[in-house]
Amino acid sequence: MPAVADTSAVVAEQTAAPPPRRRGRSRRKSPTRTAKPAVLLFLSPLILGIAIFKLYPIAAGVYYSMTDFHVGSYQPVHFVGLDNYRHVLSSSSDAWTAGRNTLWLLIFLVPAQTLWAMFVAWLVLRIRRGQALFRTIFFLPAMVPLVASALAFVVLLNPAGPLNHALSWVGITGPGWFGDPSWAKPSLVIVAVWGCGKIMILFLAGMLNVPRTLYEAAEIDGASAWRQFWHITLPSISPVTFFAVITGMIATFQYFTEAYVISASSNNNSGADRLIGYPQNSTLFATSEIYKQGFVFFKTGYASAIAVLVFLAVFACTIVFIWGTRRSYGYGGESQ
Amino acid sequence: MTTATRRRPLIRTSSLSEKMKRRLTFVAEHAVAIAVALAFLYPLLIIVTTSLMSQQQASAGDFLPDRLVWHNYIDVFHDMAFGRDLWNTVLYAVLSSIGVLISSTPVAYALSHMQWRGRTALFIVVLAMMMVPDQITSLPLYILYTNFGWIGTLKPLIVPSFFFDAYCIFLLRQFFMTIPHEVTEAARIDGASHFQTLTRVTLPMVKPALAAVGLFQFLYAWNDFYNPLLYTGNNPHGQTLAVAISQLGSNGHIASYQLEMAAALMFLAPVVVIFLFAQKVFVEGINLTGVKG
Repeated sequence: MPAVADTSAVVAEQTAAPPPRRRGRSRRKSPTRTAKPAVLLFLSPLILGIAIFKLYPIAAGVYYSMTDFHVGSYQPVHFVGLDNYRHVLSSSSDAWTAGRNTLWLLIFLVPAQTLWAMFVAWLVLRIRRGQALFRTIFFLPAMVPLVASALAFVVLLNPAGPLNHALSWVGITGPGWFGDPSWAKPSLVIVAVWGCGKIMILFLAGMLNVPRTLYEAAEIDGASAWRQFWHITLPSISPVTFFAVITGMIATFQYFTEAYVISASSNNNSGADRLIGYPQNSTLFATSEIYKQGFVFFKTGYASAIAVLVFLAVFACTIVFIWGTRRSYGYGGESQ
Repeated sequence: MTTATRRRPLIRTSSLSEKMKRRLTFVAEHAVAIAVALAFLYPLLIIVTTSLMSQQQASAGDFLPDRLVWHNYIDVFHDMAFGRDLWNTVLYAVLSSIGVLISSTPVAYALSHMQWRGRTALFIVVLAMMMVPDQITSLPLYILYTNFGWIGTLKPLIVPSFFFDAYCIFLLRQFFMTIPHEVTEAARIDGASHFQTLTRVTLPMVKPALAAVGLFQFLYAWNDFYNPLLYTGNNPHGQTLAVAISQLGSNGHIASYQLEMAAALMFLAPVVVIFLFAQKVFVEGINLTGVKG
């Protein structure tokens, strides 16, 4: 119980910005500065951790990307300049396929997941009876381990599986889902939409924070439910939408587990390199390509070059999105 | 936060059509909600039903098992080293949870209850580190761990948590900020060192928060697939459940959905049980790290 009290206090502090902020400023001016050695001592795990597990790998990755380094081979490492980047960006490379597929996810998966989560949150708030139960049910899939849920969908959507079975009763020949190159990515969207619980919870909190008086005023003015949603709810929750899209974008560049597990279990008889992206590279995404080149073929240098490019792409997308939405929302910069 | 405030119209209209309309909307909304809820539950139901089917039924896409094949759950232990993988998973989850609690607590304290220049800047650095994807760092780290001789062991999964986890630092710092400054300052004036203030004053006040952070890390580790696949995947003795279960169907033998589902169910059951008991913690945790209202 106290946990709840604590957290809601924080949420309250965050929402009701002015008073704490003022307190914070006066705190900074306070003369009681902590002694430097104490601060450094307390921060030492952080400083060591960032140096070893973040900064060193980033620097080393950039260096490897300019070498012909193969992990596990005992050949001398040569500096090859930008050769790896040239190969990645050459038109015949799989990296382009991975890039196109990742872009597809950005265009379809992220909006689908965000809009669906928004709809479900709205639906939960409309429910009068058993609201808590519905909220639990909609949130539950987000708690299921990705590997387990991916396998469940492999069973549900296998060409001879229950869903196609049911579709055949109404005279529809179901698609091949994960086994069909043109259906594989849309099927992954279904999996993602199913697991949207965490974003749904955020939208729920956002919608609960909208002052009720706004709706009451709108109701007196005779605004329809749709107009209330469009003119009151949507603008009020725009920070949540912004956050959902940003984190969705970053997650898309790291999208791996679902695609890997599903490809591996939909296709039983080939080596690890053939499994990734099955069928016909239609589910080869940015991270899958890094994994394939770096940890299946052990082309460390080449894979590092892809990783650096992906990192730059994440960075660029984030900046462009923040910049592009700053004017339309006005909230953009505030939510981190 | 969690209790919904119901919207009631300010003016009660007594006309019959209004009433009818409201009742119809009520029915429609609940019908949609029930339909969506069933669709959400169905993939979970599939796991349960398929896990109890015969091989033949499972590959034929049947809905319910003709007879319950409990034997699948025993077969899982023959097809994979479930016990050993479970032990590895528990080790990873428990030790990394202890790790993040030990490493994040002093940092979160320094970021909330110590006064020094550059505190905000460092906090932003921590946030930025949350955005550096594992995929960028994993290639050089793989080489580093190879040189240490750690590949195939659980060390690459556990040791980093004793140094730094941006998400946990962020979460704990948010909890620490709820403690008024006067409290820690009073302890300091009474002559307590920072270490004493942290362990005797601050930590007891945020016990539930520590439990939450530990729980989140436990579940993260339990579900983690990418890191175990990279660092321990090539050594069967270091495998965790997530990786082992994903390979159950792709080791060359025919797809045996009933075994995959039985293993998946045993894998996800603890998580779902924990979730159902500690649901509030999750909801608040997401809201806390998620976004400002």
